Amino acid sequence: MRWLPLAMFAGLAVLLAAGVWLSRKPDRDALPSPLIGKPAPAFSLPVLHEPGRLVSLGDLKGAAFVLNVWGSWCPSCRDEHAVITRFAESKRVRVVGYNWKDDHADALRWLEQFGNPYWVVVADEDSRYALDWGIYGAPETFLVDANGIIRWKHVGALTDDVIQDQLLPALAQSEQPR
Amino acid sequence: MKARLLALALVLATATVWCQTSDPTPLRFHDTTEETRFRALVTELRCVMCQNQSLADSNAQIAHDLRREVLTLMRKGRTDAQIRDYLVARYGEFVLYKPRVEGKTWLLWFGPALLLLAGGFVVARVVRRHAGNEALPSDDAQEW
Repeated sequence: MRWLPLAMFAGLAVLLAAGVWLSRKPDRDALPSPLIGKPAPAFSLPVLHEPGRLVSLGDLKGAAFVLNVWGSWCPSCRDEHAVITRFAESKRVRVVGYNWKDDHADALRWLEQFGNPYWVVVADEDSRYALDWGIYGAPETFLVDANGIIRWKHVGALTDDVIQDQLLPALAQSEQPR
Repeated sequence: MKARLLALALVLATATVWCQTSDPTPLRFHDTTEETRFRALVTELRCVMCQNQSLADSNAQIAHDLRREVLTLMRKGRTDAQIRDYLVARYGEFVLYKPRVEGKTWLLWFGPALLLLAGGFVVARVVRRHAGNEALPSDDAQEW
């Protein structure tokens, strides 16, 4: 019985240490998306470079694609840009840009200045589909497989490590015949 | 070092900007019933960007969008439960300040009661053990 306080203290210490350990990840604020494993929400949006042309989810199905949410107003998107460019140039998968809540001219200028790595860029100026996709900030990146199922999501700027350790394995897995 | 500090300052500055954009077009309500219902609903929803604020308090851009969406859904005649489900389906259980009782949240809901029970059990055992050998100290000089 003498040891009870000590035991309780040790128990609390372990509990707190576990809390610290669990929050060690740099992206601990990122919410797990409930959409993973579910069909991607339908959308139909104008292409940034040809506002008259609409691209919908159906047009993209048939092969996997990566959807990268960005905006010219978003500082982290600039940090991410070099990474996403390297990844897109590897031609492993189509990288679709989702230009979110952006001014049309600003978006075009941004791409002209930093380069356009995207296979196609769709523009959602009024945030019509962002809620359906559970988007809450830019940059965010989704992996959608050939059947239109969301397989993976990353909130915040992509890094080479995230692509190597998470995105590429998720992509390889999504391409395996079931 | 200096560069790193500067970078940190910049990051912090942008972080604040995120949470402080003001609303260019405030919401307008038809009547007070609608407003009361709206306020009650957004107070129990969490902003996904500034995660320690409710949707009602947050000034983040996404919170504006979500508030607008909540009002739109209300006007479409959805019930509070349907609106909550709508947001949970998109942003996860996290948006609810009051998580639902289910397998995953069981410990969260009943953990405190379990701790209380365990504590009560320990106290009961201690009291019972000492109940037999009475002998309160009759030493009046002892101040405690």
